[in-house]
Amino acid sequence: MRAKQSNLKGKAIKLGNNISTDDIIPGRFAHLRSNLPELAKHILEDVAPSFCARVEPGDFLVAGRNFGLGSSREHAPLVIKMSGISAVLAKSVARIFFRNAINQGMPVLLCDTDKIADGDELEINLSDGLITNLTSRPLPNKVGSGEGLLSSGARLRSSKTPSFMLAILEEGGLIPYIRKHKDFIIRCSSEPY
Amino acid sequence: MGKTLAEKILSLKSQSDVRAGDIVIAPVDLVFVQDTTGPLTIRQFQESGFGVLAESQKTAVFLDHAAPSPSQHLSNDHAFLRQFAKETGSALFEVGSGICHQLVAEHFANPGDIIVGADSHTVTAGALGAFATGMGSSDVAVILALGKTWFRVPESFLIDLGGTFPEGVYAKDLILYLIGQIGADGATYKALEFGGEALSQMTMSQRLTIANMAVETGAKVGLFPSDEITHNFLTAQGRGDGYKPLYTNAKAVYEQVISVNLNELEPMLSYPDAVDRVFAVSKARGIRIHQVFIGTCTNGRLEDLAIASSILEGKKRHLDTRLLIAPASRQVLAQAIEKGYIGALIDSGAVILPPGCAACLGLHQGIPGDGEVCLSTANRNFKGRMGNPNAMIYLASPATAAASALRGEITDPREV
Repeated sequence: MRAKQSNLKGKAIKLGNNISTDDIIPGRFAHLRSNLPELAKHILEDVAPSFCARVEPGDFLVAGRNFGLGSSREHAPLVIKMSGISAVLAKSVARIFFRNAINQGMPVLLCDTDKIADGDELEINLSDGLITNLTSRPLPNKVGSGEGLLSSGARLRSSKTPSFMLAILEEGGLIPYIRKHKDFIIRCSSEPY
Repeated sequence: MGKTLAEKILSLKSQSDVRAGDIVIAPVDLVFVQDTTGPLTIRQFQESGFGVLAESQKTAVFLDHAAPSPSQHLSNDHAFLRQFAKETGSALFEVGSGICHQLVAEHFANPGDIIVGADSHTVTAGALGAFATGMGSSDVAVILALGKTWFRVPESFLIDLGGTFPEGVYAKDLILYLIGQIGADGATYKALEFGGEALSQMTMSQRLTIANMAVETGAKVGLFPSDEITHNFLTAQGRGDGYKPLYTNAKAVYEQVISVNLNELEPMLSYPDAVDRVFAVSKARGIRIHQVFIGTCTNGRLEDLAIASSILEGKKRHLDTRLLIAPASRQVLAQAIEKGYIGALIDSGAVILPPGCAACLGLHQGIPGDGEVCLSTANRNFKGRMGNPNAMIYLASPATAAASALRGEITDPREV
């Protein structure tokens, strides 16, 4: 998937805080790491057994804090991408997972995911990081009060991805980027992150 | 203005004056893979269009996570990695050599080096003053090709250590305490830098335990300055020439300073299923344990086996508690045999596993059963980490592990 192609659209599949790489792809399946299609069948199997059946191409994985903590296994973002997920949204992500996801060409957006409910239809503009919720529903804390309906079109802003990481995303990941440019085409900088 | 250790190393290596928050490209002195991350890394390297390794660095391949291999698939992965090592001239550490992070400390890491491994616990070499960090397969594949990578210069937390460890309290208890304080994401993308008067009495083995678990706070590196203890360790490994003095300036700017008086610490424990669920062992006494595992890149060194041996010598493990011990390297195993630790541990009823990751990550050599509780000296206790999502894992020091093996339940090592 080329991240720059267009706005992404899909439904949110919500997970909680501290989803580790062992949760995403348990170590006991390490013998399948050279057989990725088989490995991918076990995605999130201990913590979200319904994930595999629910996920449709283009959907978003929406997590809480510290998504992807633990091991450096790049198989974690890889199987998430293989499942059809088009972007990960989280309050925060672990460092290695963040690099790995970008390197696999999968966008990671940091935002207040409490504002998104499981099943919400979202539209994401990657160039400005704006997330639009297309679902109309009662706000969770106002249920039964007859007010507080989330109107379709509610917007959520995510934090900015450093521009050189966007460049890697635009090439579809680090390996395609390096194959094309033969080197890092960034200079030392003081970009806020 | 002064510089943190992280700013110092990355400035020197990138030949520019960098500060926390800057993005730099820097050469990598040692790059390595292991047997669960290596195959994907090598395939990505092959896809990168670079046929040969960058010459400016050392490259190593470690067969440690599934060692010896328990399955056909993993044996084929091993064969693939051996072939790669042979074709490229990379250093190959065969099954039985030990855990990558221990071998990096024994054979490669020097103060001021940049080390990247396709393994999150690469941070271990920060004990020697190396800027050592884990990355995924794509990043490591590109380092194989280019010999360099990009880094964001991290902000640093100074962990200021005073006092001395009381009896029964060890480096593992300190790092578990710190993880409990900082939280599993409290230092994401930061450097933990250790300092203070307590360092003058802190052995390299203890420093390796502490640096190893820096990543469990989200940190990118866990850095120690270099000193006489670093120099002595390198000299004992026949690498005294690699020593360089590395220290911070007084005016370095830290994002946070966390002061710990070691005298006030007690034995600590991580509860299932999160490393930062940390409590004092004294509050957990009596929890029944089915399996004790002493080893890993966190606590499988000679000093750890000495502690376990001193507690278990002349005694027997509890009849209902299995005791698994995996030395971190062949050197550790040989020395532990010579010192009599292995004999004492075998007599106490321990199973000695080959040097390697062993039961740590759920591939082989000690997967707990449904509903079973394992007390481990490893660094992670996530659900399913040891191969069974229906088992529970507590993390503690080798002393707490050995004491608990004797009684069959979580036991404060100061009581035995």
